[in-house]
Amino acid sequence: MNNLGLVTSLLIIGVGLVWFLIRSIQGREVERRIIFIFIGLAVAAPILFKISFSEKATPIVKAVYDQIEKLPANSKVLISYDYDPAMAPEVGPMTDAFVRHAMAKGLRVYFMTLWATGQPLIVTAVDEIIKKEFPEKKDGIDYVNLGYKAGGTGVLNVIITDIRKMYLTDVNGVNIDSMEIMHGIRSLRDMNLLVSVGGGLPGVKEWILFAGDPGHIPTAGGCAAVTAPLLYPYYPNQLLGLLGGIKGAAEYESELKKEYPRLINAPQPGIKMMGPQTLAHLIIMAFVVIGNITYFIRKRRS
Amino acid sequence: MKRQVPLIITFVVGTILVVSVFFPPVERMGEDFSLFFDIIAVFAFFLGGGNLVRIHGNRLYKQQKDWGFSLVTLLGFFLMLAAGLFKIGNPSGITGDVTATGSLFQTLYYRIFFPLSSTMYALLAFYVASASYRAFRAKNREATILLISAFIILLGRTPLGTYATGWIPESFSLLQIPNLAIWIMSSPNLAGQRAIMIGIALGVISMSLRLILGVERTYLGVDNE
Repeated sequence: MNNLGLVTSLLIIGVGLVWFLIRSIQGREVERRIIFIFIGLAVAAPILFKISFSEKATPIVKAVYDQIEKLPANSKVLISYDYDPAMAPEVGPMTDAFVRHAMAKGLRVYFMTLWATGQPLIVTAVDEIIKKEFPEKKDGIDYVNLGYKAGGTGVLNVIITDIRKMYLTDVNGVNIDSMEIMHGIRSLRDMNLLVSVGGGLPGVKEWILFAGDPGHIPTAGGCAAVTAPLLYPYYPNQLLGLLGGIKGAAEYESELKKEYPRLINAPQPGIKMMGPQTLAHLIIMAFVVIGNITYFIRKRRS
Repeated sequence: MKRQVPLIITFVVGTILVVSVFFPPVERMGEDFSLFFDIIAVFAFFLGGGNLVRIHGNRLYKQQKDWGFSLVTLLGFFLMLAAGLFKIGNPSGITGDVTATGSLFQTLYYRIFFPLSSTMYALLAFYVASASYRAFRAKNREATILLISAFIILLGRTPLGTYATGWIPESFSLLQIPNLAIWIMSSPNLAGQRAIMIGIALGVISMSLRLILGVERTYLGVDNE
């Protein structure tokens, strides 16, 4: 049934594209709404009929995976949720993968966010991933949610030398000095790895400029696909690795799936969303070709 | 006096923040100023909220065009504010985390704000496709190079790139589409990005010096003298 639906959808898209190719040869433009319908179909069909592809991690993604992999148990990893719900479908799978990896490796995770809208996303990650998939992990021992503080880069400027100047309690109002996980932690310099996931300001770039680089702390990032090109100048010296868009998340998830049998059945939204992304990219390319054919035919006629 | 005080504050704070990076005894002052900045940032929330209420309240009062949207904005704003401020339905009461599971704030966030924001972002896919169709024309040599690069990146960001060129032997692996996409990002893109970043950095330095030395005064709402 799934295959029948998928074949029908692909057939409709294929026939439609051929039809528009013929029209473009006749020199006729395609209306905007038609393109929207095609994109809608291209995104919906793989989700409805569950198309997925196998992935292989590229070096820039593998570098982040290997860095977490080589940390000994109880190492300290800070994950910053620097994004909002708008960006969550694209970058959320990355933070989920990082949390699963860190928990499965037995690392200590410190959650925080420089975006006000990021705090509920941390709560959900704790509830949906840690509490459900890793019930043996304890709040205050294995992980802590430091929550949101206003000030953006100003927050980083302060916590690079003293975390307690900014954070006296966690989000639940518990004094951080009473938590086992905070013993021996004075500043960001005591972290073994910083991970920022986001696509806006402040985001990965600010973590590199105000924390990772001045503090000589290994820093990894995850960002929206459109932001990735801006971060390449920092790789691999100031930024040890980067996950760009859904593709980055899918590559990371495929590595996790290979190495951690307990995570095989965990949700893999990155891999799941590669189907819509692949088909949407193909549609965009097809329409660019069609647009160019129309352009050249019109140019020749005129 | 009205102009001189802000200029003096800018000069002192700017100088200390620059010196604190190079001169360790002043480092602590730099941190303190960052803390002050955080306190000021919190007030920006009040200003932002106040401004939102003023603009939309005004539009609503005067029943200007699309005043219905302003009504929805204000209702949404006050509902979220009340839910967050008074922690309505919070399982651990007023002292607990505002985003605790089961609170009204969390429910509104996940049932309304999350899907609406995601929808807005997802609409980009439709507009990107339409814009690509209209704007991506091989009009000249540069545009053609850009078009080819875009195709390689688009294919490289999907598994199809691997399927299509995976047969190319390892000695020519650069020609495989995913590797070509990585090369475009890490060579031509890197060179361009670095040049832009160096340009921006020089601009920021010159603007900062103008602000510290009081040459640039437009932030005070006055023309430069």
